[in-house]
Amino acid sequence: MSTESPATEAGATLDAWVREVIDWHFDPATGCPFWLDWARQAGWDPRREVTGFADLAKFPHFEDEWLRGGPVRRWVPKAYADRPTFVFETGGTTGIPKSRVAQEDFRIDYELFSETLPDEHFPKGSDWLMLGPSGPRRLRLAVEHLAQHRGGICFCVDLDPRWVIKLIKKGWMDHLKAYQDHVIDQAVTVLTAGHDIKCMFTTPKLLESLANRLEEDGSSLKEAGITGIFAGGTEFTPQWNRFAHEELLDGIYMTPTYGNTLMGLAASPPSGPENDYKITYYAPQPRAVIQVVDPDDAERVVGYGETGRVMLTTLTKEFFVPRFQERDEGEREPACGQYPWDGVSGVRPFSRLASATTVGVY
Amino acid sequence: MIHFPILRWGRPYTSLEVTKVEHFATGEPVAEVSQANPGIVARDLRKGADRARNVLREIPCVELLAMIKKSAELFSSAELPLGDATQTPAEFVRQQSATTGLPEHMCRMNMEKLRYVLDHLDEVLTSLTRKLDWDILTRGYGEEDGVMRSYQATTPVLGMVLPSNSPGVHSLWLPIIPLQIGLVLKPGPQEPWTPWRMSQAFFEAGVPREAIALYPGMGEVGAAVLNSCPRSLIFGGTATVEQYAANPAVQVHGPGFSKILFGEDQVDDWEQYLDLMVDSVLVNSGRSCINCSGIWAPRHTREIAEAVAARLGPIAPLPPDDPQAALAAFTVPGQAAAISADIDNALKEDGVEEVSAKHQEGGRLVSKERCDYLRPTVVRCASPEAAIAKKEYMYPFVTVVECPQDKMIGAIGSTLVATGLTEDPAFTRALLDARNIDRLNIGPVPTIKLNWLQPHEGNIVDFLFRPRAFQRA
Repeated sequence: MSTESPATEAGATLDAWVREVIDWHFDPATGCPFWLDWARQAGWDPRREVTGFADLAKFPHFEDEWLRGGPVRRWVPKAYADRPTFVFETGGTTGIPKSRVAQEDFRIDYELFSETLPDEHFPKGSDWLMLGPSGPRRLRLAVEHLAQHRGGICFCVDLDPRWVIKLIKKGWMDHLKAYQDHVIDQAVTVLTAGHDIKCMFTTPKLLESLANRLEEDGSSLKEAGITGIFAGGTEFTPQWNRFAHEELLDGIYMTPTYGNTLMGLAASPPSGPENDYKITYYAPQPRAVIQVVDPDDAERVVGYGETGRVMLTTLTKEFFVPRFQERDEGEREPACGQYPWDGVSGVRPFSRLASATTVGVY
Repeated sequence: MIHFPILRWGRPYTSLEVTKVEHFATGEPVAEVSQANPGIVARDLRKGADRARNVLREIPCVELLAMIKKSAELFSSAELPLGDATQTPAEFVRQQSATTGLPEHMCRMNMEKLRYVLDHLDEVLTSLTRKLDWDILTRGYGEEDGVMRSYQATTPVLGMVLPSNSPGVHSLWLPIIPLQIGLVLKPGPQEPWTPWRMSQAFFEAGVPREAIALYPGMGEVGAAVLNSCPRSLIFGGTATVEQYAANPAVQVHGPGFSKILFGEDQVDDWEQYLDLMVDSVLVNSGRSCINCSGIWAPRHTREIAEAVAARLGPIAPLPPDDPQAALAAFTVPGQAAAISADIDNALKEDGVEEVSAKHQEGGRLVSKERCDYLRPTVVRCASPEAAIAKKEYMYPFVTVVECPQDKMIGAIGSTLVATGLTEDPAFTRALLDARNIDRLNIGPVPTIKLNWLQPHEGNIVDFLFRPRAFQRA
């Protein structure tokens, strides 16, 4: 039996994993062309100098602009060159979108996430509704895999977030409302078609719209058979979390998540009136690490409870993203029983960039 | 600290999200305001809008009017609930001044204006309904002089997305409750005071709490109000006006571009109208849509500009509790500097001259530690083509534009209030026919002098009720 604390053990696991991942990505036999080229130009060998997570500070901050345009195969590790490869896109309302290749990562991430879902609310074998963005997005395939991993079938809708952003930017609010109705129509049709759907993925805005529509029709999410909701995609506030629990969910279990195409899925322990509905996210360490850093000095992790910019490091054998400064900010949170590493709460658009970003579009 | 809860059909609701409203000069927090989320607005409207109208329809219009008249006294004189405590009228004035930057005597003036409208609401409604029997609005139909008349409410509630800059605009929603239409108010971030206090005065006077909802919040809450109410009023800038101009469900109130227009027959006597011009530009620190931002004349524009500048130019910022304070502070960081830079840019055009500059050592922009002021600005334009001739800013700013009388109406653009200084029947007729002018004054009436018995940017009764045919066998 280990005498180390869970936090110390988690740190040791992370350091060991960092060494393995670095060895993989910077070995000419296994690494991807992008990072091998980078190391040649940088003039140092990370395999020699990185012995643990702290040493990743020797890397510059990952720039997501590097993901724009092709050839996208420069991101595929040589050792995985023959595997079936997916490409997922992020953004892309105008110009060339940013792309990320993936093979098994999204499946592994969502299988890990699956372990956090309570079976009484997300019954194994029950079917799912994916009420979120479709198209070239990781989320659509990942949720479908989650459903299948848990023995269910996933029903999906068509939802193009790029069109939604265009509608907002053009100020075509009537069209926006019509498109939202179109998406909700699809969801209601699936939910009322006699399937055995008990679980769903959705976003805060769509959850609100669906709950309101069902209520207008004399029904409710609960009457439609939903018992568990995995929610994400856009910002959650404690006030919205409370509103949802008090006025929309009627006892349905909801678990907010934080994630994007570059990372896995950060889950959150249950929240409620006992903690003022505060949502704290914990990254799936060691595959991804979230730090909350000083916006003016990203080398400095802020103190617990202090506000900072979210910095993400993704560490999988398919994809290496060191120290990426997200477009979000939040407060640093201490480890908890379920997750013996730092978390982040109050996640919201980074205030210095917020005005330039269209968020929460679906 | 004072806390403003959300009012969900009169029921207080404390949000987990609060914002602090700060004193514009000291930065000290004056109050904290619960922030609604859009979902609450949509949900409440769906569940409670019809009920708001129904509870009001159970009370005859004349009784509601009596309540509103009673609330006039309560609003201006009583100690009314505010969060967990109470608020006196004097505290209201101080607090409103502290967060809006408006001098206290102007807050008092606006309070009196609102009281006046409440006191005279029966006359206002008689005028706006053209002496219609109000029971017809309640019942939906009725005979007058042997003629069947029928009116259908277009909405059970009126949504209001209110501004922070000028408390006087609240007069526009005062007639709504006696029309048995519920109120959904989204206050301006810096001005939660009037909507709250007026609601409390209404409640104390007997108006059912289920008839009024109040949702403080940011832009997305305003959007939720507009999306959820079949009829709404919104206040905003030119971009807001353009966004909602074609939306029949939204009555939009934006910049007024109000003007004084000299006719050929009166312009040689311009000096006798100097007080009228100065008052029209300066009252309420130039913040109202009815403040004059353009004086148009066929000649003497240099002399007019010099004379107006000599009166307005020397005016400087004073503390908000000084009874002589004529200028309101800009409380949004960078806003005054941006306006000033915009003016500097426009002054580069030929034929454009800032006549007030010589009275303002140190320039028009006065920067304080936590706020800014812009001193009154008078710009003379040699022709209507100057870009600045179409500008309006939220402070005493006026262009004096030289323009032949026969070109004037075509060149002034959209004008909320026009005061035509003329006795020429032909020019008067042309002004009466000008569809780019909303409120028209002929003769020496300051643009800021409103007759409350007349509609403002559309008749609110016509907006809320549609006449229709009704026959009963």
